[in-house]
Amino acid sequence: MTAYEAVIGMEVHAELQTASKMFCSCAVVDSTSAAPNQHVCPVCLGMPGVLPVINQQAVEFGLRVGLALNCEIPEFSQFARKSYFYPDLPKGYQISQYEFPLAVRGWLEIDLPDGSTKRIGIRRAHLEEDTGKLTHVDGHSLVDLNRAGVPLLEIVTEADIHSAEEAEAYARKLRAILRYLEVNSGDMSKGVLRMEPNISVRPVGASELRTRTEVKNLNSIRVVARASAYEIERQIKVYESGGTVQQATLGWDENRQSVVVQRLKESAEDYRYFPEPDLPIVIIPRDQIEAIRAALPELPDAKRDRFITAFGLSHYDAAVLVAEQAVAYYFEAAVQAGGDPKQIANYIIGDVFRQMNNESRDREEIGAIKLTPKALADLVTLVQKGTINHGVAKKLMDTLYTDGGDPARLVEERGLAQVSDESVLAAAVIAVLDAQPGEVARYLAGEDKVVKFLMGLVMKAMRGKGDAQMVQRLLTEQLEARRTN
Amino acid sequence: MTTDLTDLTITQARDKLRAGDISAVQLTQAHLDRIHALDPQIRAFLTITDEKALDAAAQADQRRQQGDDAPLLGIPLAIKDVLITKGVPTTCGSHILEGFVPPYTGTAVQKLFDAGAVMLGKTNTDEFAMGSSTENSGYFTTHNPWDLDRVPGGSSGGSAAAVAAGMALGALGTDTGGSVRQPAALCGISAIKPSYGRVSRYGLIAFASSLDQIGTFGRTVEDVALLLGTIAGHDPRDSTSMPLPVPDYSAALTGDIRGLRIGVPKEYFIGGLQPEIERAVRAAIEQMAAGGAEVCEISLPHTEYALPVYYLIAPSEASANLARFDGVRYGPRHSQGEMWPTYKATRGQGFGHEVKRRIMLGTYALSAGYYDAYYLKAQKVRTLIKQDFEQAFEKVDVILSPTTPTTAFKIGEKADDPLQMYLSDVFTLSASLAGIVGAVVPCGYDDDGLPIGLQVIGPAFDEPTVLRAAHAYQQATDWHTRRPPL
Repeated sequence: MTAYEAVIGMEVHAELQTASKMFCSCAVVDSTSAAPNQHVCPVCLGMPGVLPVINQQAVEFGLRVGLALNCEIPEFSQFARKSYFYPDLPKGYQISQYEFPLAVRGWLEIDLPDGSTKRIGIRRAHLEEDTGKLTHVDGHSLVDLNRAGVPLLEIVTEADIHSAEEAEAYARKLRAILRYLEVNSGDMSKGVLRMEPNISVRPVGASELRTRTEVKNLNSIRVVARASAYEIERQIKVYESGGTVQQATLGWDENRQSVVVQRLKESAEDYRYFPEPDLPIVIIPRDQIEAIRAALPELPDAKRDRFITAFGLSHYDAAVLVAEQAVAYYFEAAVQAGGDPKQIANYIIGDVFRQMNNESRDREEIGAIKLTPKALADLVTLVQKGTINHGVAKKLMDTLYTDGGDPARLVEERGLAQVSDESVLAAAVIAVLDAQPGEVARYLAGEDKVVKFLMGLVMKAMRGKGDAQMVQRLLTEQLEARRTN
Repeated sequence: MTTDLTDLTITQARDKLRAGDISAVQLTQAHLDRIHALDPQIRAFLTITDEKALDAAAQADQRRQQGDDAPLLGIPLAIKDVLITKGVPTTCGSHILEGFVPPYTGTAVQKLFDAGAVMLGKTNTDEFAMGSSTENSGYFTTHNPWDLDRVPGGSSGGSAAAVAAGMALGALGTDTGGSVRQPAALCGISAIKPSYGRVSRYGLIAFASSLDQIGTFGRTVEDVALLLGTIAGHDPRDSTSMPLPVPDYSAALTGDIRGLRIGVPKEYFIGGLQPEIERAVRAAIEQMAAGGAEVCEISLPHTEYALPVYYLIAPSEASANLARFDGVRYGPRHSQGEMWPTYKATRGQGFGHEVKRRIMLGTYALSAGYYDAYYLKAQKVRTLIKQDFEQAFEKVDVILSPTTPTTAFKIGEKADDPLQMYLSDVFTLSASLAGIVGAVVPCGYDDDGLPIGLQVIGPAFDEPTVLRAAHAYQQATDWHTRRPPL
């Protein structure tokens, strides 16, 4: 049987969430919730006589992304008209970039599940305008042009992706970077970030590129992974059964968990690109590019490396923390508030994520939970100083997560402080041993493991607040004392 | 005395308004009366806005009473129907925009309004400014006031005819390959197509975006300069408008052309040029030499390529510019139930023959596999044409030439022969492709009494020199004082 490998290039359309649209002053709004056709003007409606004006903020956002993706920024870029008819395209052409894109020849390092990394080449990133939206109701099509003219950055990779896992890793990393750069919310379900893998497969070792299909309408990263895996398998089966893959645009059917053909591409469409005569060439002075580069925020990889060297975190923990900008910021705020970084990382990755999972909350919402970074830092510090033990801390976490509050005050109000008074603990130990002569006998006969059981009984008697180390020492001392009797 | 009021120049009318001899309402009413008397024969107007005009005139009078003396306060003008006017139907001479009432006003027209001008109505044009006679208007053909059997030129034929016939003191037109200059010549009035980027195109319904410019018509160069000064300047809404200060064009009209270096391009005096035109233009050149100008022959070697280059670039841009007329958001929709049949019916019935011809030409020239051979090659030759002028303007200040190869032709004479029609713009295309200034002044009449126009071409953004030359010539002649026999 032939072994196959996938060859995937990813096309991503990221809305640039600027204050206004690409070529007019209408606001960029959430087009899934805004009342239709309320954020429009003669320019984005494609009225006769109107002219586009380049949104400088969109150019800057595009440059941020280009620089973050290690791209070269050419001396100039140029807008071009891409012509086709469709009711969601008011002018009958989309203003895009064709021959001279904003950014070229970059790369993005992705993190794979086995802990390795890989560089995916970025072919180009170019600016364009979004189209409107059609809604089909009762045999009619309704046009909403709120989204028409919203700035888009199209980011195209080289065909460097060779599995569904790599496609997913690329999607995750790119989305994280867009969010770090504060140019895109990453909300794929709202269509502000659209990922379209172009997929073909070939026998391992072959260098030819076979017919590819393009998968659209993927509304989450998980679906990107699932649809890619599905389509790779499907194509392999087609070849295995002696068939040929047809060039097509596919969609993902969430109910059937399978790809469906949206349209077959019989011949390449001719968009009749030509330079947009209404707009000048875009020339960004080098010093401005360098200023944008200098102002870029710390990106996930750099942040991960710093977490490892500055805080001694493991590569895994650091990578998990930086994967979501909000989580990284939460962690940093907690460290800033004075907690031990490793302990904070443990609590976030363990307890906090578990609580959020239980509520089906996305990790990016961590900034909104009731447990504040300061409270987490205080909690960690209370454990470290021996004011409370780990068991109490975990229970307290649950309360703080659900209701919020100040850990030190809760400890005081609820009397949760650890008991380290030796006479109190010794009395409890003696009481337990007196009540468990059988267990004591087994210990004395050499069964060391009963210590753990007895330890549990003592802690229970102390309502969990006993200093565990001290209880352990006292237990051993008392048990040994009974050996001589 | 209404006829007197319609025979004024803008500057004369302004003086009378300032002196309180006449009111803006009187002046506007006089023009409306003349429009209603003459336009049934001339057909310069697609829309006459009597009520709005009189309201605007009354407001102008009120402003003047309050001490306002805006440069065009109370001056009645005509506006080509390619220019967007809020609340007033704007059709581009096309059925595809029948009944379209725009929600905004374009920059140049707004500047006229801000300066106090009164709009009398919207003037006829070849559909989407594609033509040289107004015969391509989707509605009707405008008649030349000098001979009603003849065309007024085009595409801004309605504006030129309105000014020539005394139905407006001045007018705005648009010029893509000669659409202001050619009708000015054929109607015996003065006009200017300024440099590309001098006037905002915001609100100009695009035909060919890299060529379109708004131009001004008047009975004198002085009026043309006054109107241009009002509408010129950078507009943040038009990224191709240049952020340059607007000179005082009226102040440039010194009447002095001593030492002015005039170039006469040999390629513009060729076979096919009507003899009376050559004679009139040569006489005009001599007249200017007598006024102290230095005349020399120059060469613009790529002139012969202007026509093919223009008819690749302009239709290419038009094919995209006209894609928005799809019946989805405005204009009539010829619904066929399904999407594609509806597009086809809407555009098939909405556009006229010439527009369709150019959309097809442009679509072809931009198609994959043909782009390099047609559009790209045309752009390269356009650069050569531009360089011809740059080299010429190292030696001369302005270039004088005929505006058209013939005087006004008969209605129907060229209507079925597109190539013959295209050739009537052969002397104006180059300046459009080069993005430079072209002005027109009357310089004589042919044996049938039809007007002849002298073209004054100057470097980009040197409108002052072009206007100075044209004005000085006009000061020394009286061609512009003749009126058509109406």
